[in-house]
Amino acid sequence: MKRCVLTRLLGASLLALGAVAAHAQAPKPGELKVGITTFLTGPASVFGLPAKAAAEMIIEDINAKGGIGGVKVVPMFIDEGVGGDRMLSEYRRLVQEQGVRVMLASISSGSCNILAPVAEDLKVVNIMYDCSAQRILEDRRYQYVVRSHGNTTSEHLSSVLYLLRTKPDFKTIAVVNQDYAHGRDSWEMFITALKVFKPDVKVVAELFPKFGATDFSTEVSRLQALRPDVVLSTSWGGDLDTFIRQAAQRGLLRNSTFMLSLGESSLERLGNTLPEGVIIGARGDHYFLHPQFKDDPQFQSFVKRFKERTGKYPIYPVFHMAQALSALQAGYDIALKQNGGAWPTDEQLAAALHGSDSAGLTNKVLIREDGQGMEWQLWGVTKKDPAYNFPVLDRMAMYPPELVTAPVGQNSLEWVQSLKPSIINDPSILTFPASTSAK
Amino acid sequence: MDSQTVLLAVLDGLSYGALLFLVAVGITIIFGVMNIVNMAHGSMFAIGGYLAATVGGWLLAASLSPYWAAVLLPVVAVVVGVVLGGLLESLLIRRIYGKDPVLQLLVTFAAFMIFEDLQRLVWGGQPYSSSELVSALGVIDVLGISYTTYQLLVVPGTALLVFFALRLALRRTLVGKQVMAVAHHREVSTTLGINVRRVCLFTFMAGSALGALGGAMSVQTTSWVLGIGAEMIVLSFAVAATAGLGQIEGALVAAVLIGLARSFSVYLLPELEVLMPYIIMTLVLLFRPQGLFSVAQARRV
Repeated sequence: MKRCVLTRLLGASLLALGAVAAHAQAPKPGELKVGITTFLTGPASVFGLPAKAAAEMIIEDINAKGGIGGVKVVPMFIDEGVGGDRMLSEYRRLVQEQGVRVMLASISSGSCNILAPVAEDLKVVNIMYDCSAQRILEDRRYQYVVRSHGNTTSEHLSSVLYLLRTKPDFKTIAVVNQDYAHGRDSWEMFITALKVFKPDVKVVAELFPKFGATDFSTEVSRLQALRPDVVLSTSWGGDLDTFIRQAAQRGLLRNSTFMLSLGESSLERLGNTLPEGVIIGARGDHYFLHPQFKDDPQFQSFVKRFKERTGKYPIYPVFHMAQALSALQAGYDIALKQNGGAWPTDEQLAAALHGSDSAGLTNKVLIREDGQGMEWQLWGVTKKDPAYNFPVLDRMAMYPPELVTAPVGQNSLEWVQSLKPSIINDPSILTFPASTSAK
Repeated sequence: MDSQTVLLAVLDGLSYGALLFLVAVGITIIFGVMNIVNMAHGSMFAIGGYLAATVGGWLLAASLSPYWAAVLLPVVAVVVGVVLGGLLESLLIRRIYGKDPVLQLLVTFAAFMIFEDLQRLVWGGQPYSSSELVSALGVIDVLGISYTTYQLLVVPGTALLVFFALRLALRRTLVGKQVMAVAHHREVSTTLGINVRRVCLFTFMAGSALGALGGAMSVQTTSWVLGIGAEMIVLSFAVAATAGLGQIEGALVAAVLIGLARSFSVYLLPELEVLMPYIIMTLVLLFRPQGLFSVAQARRV
């Protein structure tokens, strides 16, 4: 009998608790813990460490202005370099044991592929801040997962458009990409788009050296024998630096036009190894000498502070991190307003992020209803500048997100094949004149 | 595949194989004498490379001739070998001779991971490189394809030099004969009055220095990133296993074999490039489980 009363009591209190949770707002937390996955180890630390430095810097700034909605932001970092399983258990630990309610994850598309469904199950808001695989948001509609930047489609469709604009009459192309998901996916997207606008283009070599390869001499010999008009590489980090250095040492960069889709992140490191006339991409609307913002005092001061703090100019993961954190602020601002100033639930924050638009360090990024970020894409060609001991970008062009992102609900690879060549010179593309002489 | 392509593939393969040999021979000697598979060898390779890049940076800053690098690379290798190899042997490895191989693997792997973190502490996450020497040496044209003098002559030359110097040292010098004796049989060597402890320390330093030399030579053409040691340890272990653990001549042949197979696959079957070393290793071990060159247990160096 006694047990029966106890059970009933327990049942009643549980019911009451449930009812409270359904109606009341989430209590305002003492601090807002933001989990951030980033590469602290392994070769992708070239992105992970600058992204972490940027996160710390920007969060300090946010907290100096009173935090988000009056709540102090506390970052908690997870290493992506430890591999999928361990990262996932760390991710769960942060969410389920440490009370983290917002995650910024991740840099690698491999990580995002693993984490996105888990975030949805855990009902934790996850802003994908640097991974680009378009399929993640095209194959499934997420409530809690959004992306605060462009995707593989916008990055590589814009690269094709820029290539056709800068070097319209090339006939042969070769690719040297890292042998893993990004290397393969980006080439698939690139060549699909290129074949739409230039069906007669000849692919003379498709080389996928091992991820982390240290020796490209055979690839370089083969390319020298083939002499393709254009050599594309979407590689990054040490792989890209090594490939370019070995190719440059043997004069390959003089014979073919090189197109480096992630080249912006290697510019400073490669220094004067990189000749003039190499086509460089930045994975979005990022460049420390951004043509629209380089004279903006706020932008300048950020670049200066970042350089002082880390010794390097900011590269794209830094800009991506700024975009994610500004999206987070915008999401909370909207949700707080909709909630009459009371602290929003995770569900309300997730809803507010969809349709929000916010600017990181450069142009605003709109997060669409499918969670995809609408980001401009910047491209340029290297040019020597005596003010820097590495080449800067010249003849830049910026591609608007609407032009190079598949509409909501469409499969990118199919959508790309429906495009017309007229978009190569679409009036919405912003172009910047070539600098007449280096100052 | 025409004769021109064959020649190009051979040149590429030889140059890559030479570099592979430099690293693999260190792991081979250490195994031959001490019977230990030294996973920390990858750290010697990595640290040798980082240090060479740092020194290269100083040279550049001091605007000294890049040819100084040619002098400094062996110095860097010896410093890494003596200091780190010496510390590692006397503090750690010395205690696990003759222990269970699994324990040995775990201990050397732990040392590898500690070194990995130390590298991050000292050099951070950004890629390092130093290519002034390669640029200064210029290029050689072969059938209209430019090769750097460095990869065509310097790297294979160094590998051959190391190979013959090792053979000569092991067969003709007193220290070399002591090393051989220890490799044959530790206890008997002790009874013969050989200071086994010193021989092991010396061998470990020499092996580590060779690993570091491989790194110092590689960093001239490669960007050094975190985790580069792990890549190399796997590959050089494949070379050492194909050769038969402890076989210096075998290591040379296996390294060249793997180098050639890799470069031919880039021309013929690019998809197989990554797999090539392991395909060769598997094929060799299927038919000769003791490796290409292992003879009965009589001698290991």
